[in-house]
Amino acid sequence: MGSRYFLKLIFRNALRQRLRAALTLVGLVIAVMAFGLLQTIVQAWYAGADGASVNRLVTRNAISLVFPLPLNYRDKIRQTEGVSAVSYASWFGGVYITEKNFFPQFAVEPISYFSLYPEYRIEESQMREFLHDRHGAVIGRRVADVYGLKVGDVMPLRGTIYPGTWNFVIRAIYDGAQPSTDTSQFFFHWEYLNETVKKTIPRRANQIGVYVIGLRDASSGAVVAQRIDRGFENSLAETLTETEKAFQLGFVSMTEAIVVAIRIVSFLVIFIILAVMANTMAMTARERVAEYATFKALGFGPRFVMSLIAGESLLLSLLGGAIGIALTYPLAREFGLAMGTLFKSFTVSSETIGLQAGISLLLGVVAAIVPAIRAAQGSIVDGLRHMG
Amino acid sequence: MKSPAIEIRQLVKSYQRGGESVPVLRHLDLDIAAGDFVALMGPSGSGKSTLLNLIAGIDKPDSGKLLVSGVDIAQLSEHALAHWRAQNVGFIFQFYNLMPVLTAFENVELPLLLTPLSASERREHVLTALQMVGLQDRMRHYPGELSGGQQQRVAIARAIITDPRIVVADEPTGDLDRSAADDILHLLTRLNKELGKTIVMVTHDPHAASFASHIQQLEKGLLVHAIPTH
Ligand SMILES: Nc1ncnc2c1ncn2[C@@H]1O[C@H](COP(=O)(O)OP(=O)(O)O)[C@@H](O)[C@H]1O
Ligand SMILES: [Mg+2]
Repeated sequence: MGSRYFLKLIFRNALRQRLRAALTLVGLVIAVMAFGLLQTIVQAWYAGADGASVNRLVTRNAISLVFPLPLNYRDKIRQTEGVSAVSYASWFGGVYITEKNFFPQFAVEPISYFSLYPEYRIEESQMREFLHDRHGAVIGRRVADVYGLKVGDVMPLRGTIYPGTWNFVIRAIYDGAQPSTDTSQFFFHWEYLNETVKKTIPRRANQIGVYVIGLRDASSGAVVAQRIDRGFENSLAETLTETEKAFQLGFVSMTEAIVVAIRIVSFLVIFIILAVMANTMAMTARERVAEYATFKALGFGPRFVMSLIAGESLLLSLLGGAIGIALTYPLAREFGLAMGTLFKSFTVSSETIGLQAGISLLLGVVAAIVPAIRAAQGSIVDGLRHMG
Repeated sequence: MKSPAIEIRQLVKSYQRGGESVPVLRHLDLDIAAGDFVALMGPSGSGKSTLLNLIAGIDKPDSGKLLVSGVDIAQLSEHALAHWRAQNVGFIFQFYNLMPVLTAFENVELPLLLTPLSASERREHVLTALQMVGLQDRMRHYPGELSGGQQQRVAIARAIITDPRIVVADEPTGDLDRSAADDILHLLTRLNKELGKTIVMVTHDPHAASFASHIQQLEKGLLVHAIPTH
């Protein structure tokens, strides 16, 4: 059959039950969009781990992350074979205006820290300003965008671990080298934190949260980590060293159940729309039994009848999928903004779009299978009796 | 008598109903000459449609010989039978069975899509057929925009578009008023006389049957008598 004639038939058939086709299409669009959003949430959840480097190790207190390590471990770690650089960071855990505004804040030793994180791009002049200002802070682009902050602004943080209100002046804004780079963080001078702590809670002075370690050779991570931990065996605070990726995944695994739930929901959404689609196609095919029988009487084969049904099903599912994919972008952008800095980066990945497209295709095929086989196998005489 | 276009011997057909086999045609014999116009009559449920469907190759007999133009179509595979139908049989149904999403032109064109004809050749054929049924000016109309009689004329154009030897019609006037029915019957007569089509028409209307050259009376799955009409 001429392909033009065939497409004409498919398109006109698809428009016959306008309300039903429209409702199915709306369902498809919503399902594909919801799936894309949920998929993006799951990926954003893992984004910190994905962006993490295997070139870096993180050393923390072996008992738990909430226990600090002494600052004086630094020199011993630096002298460990295979280590190229050491920096350190302390979790600050302050609140910016309201608790809802979550973003990680770290007190760091800036020069060593930012040289370990070349993916945080900071203008040289801004960096100089920051290094000169004891109360200065560096914020990520996402933080700046979400809260409308710029260089020179004062940013008060209410301490939870370290009491009091801390006023910081934004001296620099860093951009990510890659879209997946985490730009939702806040950094300030560890020296400033330590000096304040010395005055207010002296027993907590000269302590840090984690050491960040640069490796001479990325493949030596496991060996170097062991070497470091062995060096602090039987000391007051034993250490646990792992790659930055493993460290980040450790956070994610605490919330694994939520991620699993989101994944289940996203596939349930697809399953439900599959049921809707299959029902639409079954109803459609049932109404046209006499037409299929007529086609067959005229000499058209069972394959032709199947392709009529499959074509209409695919037209619906691919159109719904395309609209759904197109709308995922604005939806994800709005959602990402509404969530503030909760997610390190919130972008629709090409993997997600591929999944959405694949699922749309699959929906079209699966929904058509049963009605298509039925229509192909149905007897002509029985089909013709459906007329009138 | 002309050479038989249709030769039926000892044809048996039964349907399964509730696990029981209900005989519809029992060892039926029938010859229809090429160029004949036969009306199949008989009470409702006597097996007229069943016989017509078998002749048209859209149903399969249980046993017996079913020679149409020399081919025993009972022996053909589904695939071969579909091909055979496309080339040899034109269909006219009681409820026209036009595709509602296709225009009159496109409906008539439909069977030609199974042929190797080019689009312009198809167009020429379709226009000729529509002219024959007097509907060239309605070719862009959809079936829903045509009267019953007009729809049946489109169906007739579709039935003859591939130039088949045999045209089967199951109650072609069953859904039409008297004047529309007469138009259709005159058209069938013309197909028979001018184009030499062999026509087998099922009807329960004696007036419709009077247009045929022979009447075959079916009763309980057997032909009771053949009546020449003229
Ligand atoms: N597909 C079928 N399944 C079961 N019974 C059928 C089927 N087709 C026809 N019959 C039965 O066969 C008999 C003959 O039917 P049919 O050929 O349609 O009669 P007619 O056209 O003369 O009214 C009827 O009793 C009918 O109920
Ligand atoms: Mg009948």
